[in-house]
Amino acid sequence: MTLLIVENLTKTYATADGPFPVLRSVSLTLEAGESLALTGESGSGKSTLLHLIGGLDRADAGRIVLDGQDIASLDDAGRAALRRGTVGVVFQQFNLIPSLKIADNIAFQARLAGRHDAAWCATLADRMGLTDHLRKYPEQLSGGQQQRVAIARTLAPRPKLVLADEPTGNLDETTAATVMELMLELVAETGAGLLMVTHSQVLAARLQRRLHLRAGQVA
Amino acid sequence: MTRAAFAALLSHWVRNPVQLFTLLAGLALATGLWSGVQGINAEARASYDAAASALDEGRYDRLVARDGGAFGQDVFVALRRAGWLVSPMLSGDLDGVRLIGIDALTAPAGMGPVNLSGDLDLAGFLTGGAQVFANAATASRLDGVTVLITPDLADDTAVADIGTAQRLLDRAGRIDSLLVRPDQPRNLPPLAQIAPDLTLQPAQGGTDIAGLTDSFHLNLTAFGLLSFAVGIFIVHGAIGLAFEQRRGMVRTLRALGLPLNRLIGLMLAELLVFALVAGMIGVALGYVIAALLLPDVAATLRGLYGADVSGTLQLRPSWWASGLGIALAGTLLAGGSALWGIARMPLLAAAQPRALAMAAGRRASFQIGAALVLLAVAFVLGFNADGLVTGFALLGTLLIGAALALPPVLNGVLAFASGQARSVTAQWFWADTRQQLPGLSLALMALMLAIAANIGVSTMVSSFRLTFTGFLDQRLASELYISTDSAEQTAALVAFAEGAGAAVLPIQSADVQIAGQPAEVFGTRDHATYRDNWRFLQSTPAAWDATFAGQAVVINEQLARRAGLALGDPVEIGALTLPVAGIYGDYGNPIGQVVLALDAFALQFPGVEPRQFGLRVAGDPADFVTGLTEATEIGAGQTIDQAGIKALSLAIFERTFTVTTALNILTLAVAGFAILMSLLTLAAMRVPQLAPAWAMGMTRAALGRLELLRAVMLAVLTAALALPLGLALAWVLLAVVNVAAFGWQLPMYLFPLDYARLGGFALLAAVLAAGWPAWRLARTPPGDLLKVFANER
Repeated sequence: MTLLIVENLTKTYATADGPFPVLRSVSLTLEAGESLALTGESGSGKSTLLHLIGGLDRADAGRIVLDGQDIASLDDAGRAALRRGTVGVVFQQFNLIPSLKIADNIAFQARLAGRHDAAWCATLADRMGLTDHLRKYPEQLSGGQQQRVAIARTLAPRPKLVLADEPTGNLDETTAATVMELMLELVAETGAGLLMVTHSQVLAARLQRRLHLRAGQVA
Repeated sequence: MTRAAFAALLSHWVRNPVQLFTLLAGLALATGLWSGVQGINAEARASYDAAASALDEGRYDRLVARDGGAFGQDVFVALRRAGWLVSPMLSGDLDGVRLIGIDALTAPAGMGPVNLSGDLDLAGFLTGGAQVFANAATASRLDGVTVLITPDLADDTAVADIGTAQRLLDRAGRIDSLLVRPDQPRNLPPLAQIAPDLTLQPAQGGTDIAGLTDSFHLNLTAFGLLSFAVGIFIVHGAIGLAFEQRRGMVRTLRALGLPLNRLIGLMLAELLVFALVAGMIGVALGYVIAALLLPDVAATLRGLYGADVSGTLQLRPSWWASGLGIALAGTLLAGGSALWGIARMPLLAAAQPRALAMAAGRRASFQIGAALVLLAVAFVLGFNADGLVTGFALLGTLLIGAALALPPVLNGVLAFASGQARSVTAQWFWADTRQQLPGLSLALMALMLAIAANIGVSTMVSSFRLTFTGFLDQRLASELYISTDSAEQTAALVAFAEGAGAAVLPIQSADVQIAGQPAEVFGTRDHATYRDNWRFLQSTPAAWDATFAGQAVVINEQLARRAGLALGDPVEIGALTLPVAGIYGDYGNPIGQVVLALDAFALQFPGVEPRQFGLRVAGDPADFVTGLTEATEIGAGQTIDQAGIKALSLAIFERTFTVTTALNILTLAVAGFAILMSLLTLAAMRVPQLAPAWAMGMTRAALGRLELLRAVMLAVLTAALALPLGLALAWVLLAVVNVAAFGWQLPMYLFPLDYARLGGFALLAAVLAAGWPAWRLARTPPGDLLKVFANER
């Protein structure tokens, strides 16, 4: 079953030097439970593509159909609902809520989506090795631990699609490998699709498919 | 979803209690100052209303004896028989309480205690059963009479039937005045025919107590608003910084699927909850401020205007409503732009690094434009403002324009200093200060307004004091003032004074209307005292010679302004018309005055006999009084020495400004608080800026010292810029607002030592405010500084 269809997606940014086309007629598909690595040079449009699919930004042209829904037809509230319930995003910078404890951070998105499952959150915390840190605040954790919290938060509402924007970009090699291992395991267990932006050829090789972007186009 | 999101938003404050405290304290202080002033005003107005509703004395024309004394009840009977609708009144002192006797049957409708309460014993009141009406506080001071508690009556005032009053005051058959009802029948016989010794005194109209005290309230309200504006700057800064620090959270919440509308709604609800909490604290704080200041206000109003204000305070519902309303409005005003920014912010834009300086840079051009427009408007108004509305518009545009201009001006000064710096530390210091400026600018604006208000008000007060002291020397030139009870005493006084070589200067006056304005006419005897001591604002040559020759009059500034009279203009006093030869300053007097020669006065007002006299005594006034009291029936109580009058007058005017001085100190304290809170809020954001300097060899102690130096330096610059603003504020208060409110202009004096002291206080406030953040910075753990360089931060 096809989870995601992207057709002829185009996005242009206005810059001081004039319009800059970031994405030029990009198309791709992702099946449910499938994992896809998006690779490419800096500025090739990887993160922009991820943001468009996640409903964080609007395309100039083209179509994104996620779980049978055309994102372009959604208003702001509809896109927010999509981000809450269907998509989970793992950011490079973790983006935890600094004033909430780890347990609350993990449960946060599930609560927003109205799908909080305490047992599942506990399982995620346990699998991520965070059980001893649940009463701490993000600033008291290392970068690797914070990213594990962010992944657990993303998986807590059991999204159909996980979008990961260089999730290990801020971590050392060993920590990155551990975090990636856990993320791939848990994503596979939930049956979610995974679209991951990465510079690392090693990480990209661990996903089922790879798509390379060059100057805003699929290479 | 809502619950989880709201909990996340609130968690920010739990983790950042200093910010929460800043927000609540700033808003509470602003509300407190505002509601304190409003509370004082409301209480004073309620007291006037009580006094007015009890007697309405100033609302009706009155018939009084030409000599100002009492007259017989037979005059009242004669006038009633002739068809005049008049009602007798008598007042006097009973156990320190002002007892007023009225005739309920003939009094104008709606007047007196009969109207105030439905369950009064009307029969008892009318039959002279010694019933007296007073409020509870006053009642406790009245012995030997039956007091019916009437809460709405003013303090220190009691009302009784005129017969009862005559008996209690031991003045049987006597009347002070007759109230003239407005609905008089036509074709009444003339007053002179029935009661030639009486004269008609018009209703007080524009010079009644409420009208006079309104100007005082206006001043208080203006300072309340200024204090509130300072508070709003604090709240605006606190909310702006709090929103800035929560941009990451806002971005995350939206990225995780919280709809924008819900987010804005929750943040608005959060602000409103804070506004309500802070508003309630502020109203309570305002109550404390008002309770502390009210005794001074009451004394001021009583001394200056004769208006009775209760010294106790009631927490009225309107006060709560006003305080909470202003807290909510202030919060919405301060938080509105922050919420608007979030509402318009693209989701991904928040994810981009954004320094405060960048945001401030985008606002700078708008701010400079707004400042220039406002200052231009103020400049134009400076030449044209001639009323209270335009005066306050001038104040508003001047202060807001100057506040908006402060950050760009400071930035320019810092840029210049940066260009002059030679050492690397100095270069870093100036550059870093410029980077800090946007975060501190609101607090510095608040400080500038507070210092300017202090300079402005202290200049006004000191100018007033200096002018008034000179005025007292001029107007209270005589060594002694003596009042007499009868023509016999007057004759005895004159005889004794002539024997003792003292000059007697009679003080006699009559109330008249001149050019449609209520005024007092004084008859004066030709004496060097006037020539030597009175200072004219404008005069013709030999003005006193012309006046004493009966060829001219001199008038006070109030009359000149209100009636539009200039030198040489004719003044009609009854049948007499004389030109104005001089205009003198008459500070503190609410109504117009005309001075003419004694002979001319006697011709115009033949029934007025002098009962008060100034005496120019060559020797010791005390010896003169001793001799006078031994030789005549005049008692020592009828004599007042000049020093006593001066001290009393000065004390009254000192009290007038106690309230504004207290408000000034509070405003400066609030501004110091703003700096402290801004520095504390900024402290966490400063670490990434300071860590590189620390890593490159500056010690934490040196960084702490530089932080302190920076705050002091910014305070010095702000104070320097506040000085011209404060002087401009003083000029507006003295030359525009004072003229519009009181009717006279004060000369403006400069007091450099006072300004230096104020600058010292401002520096002290800055040092106190910056001390703690600098100390905290100097003790920042190296680990926190190192995190700046770690990817994991």
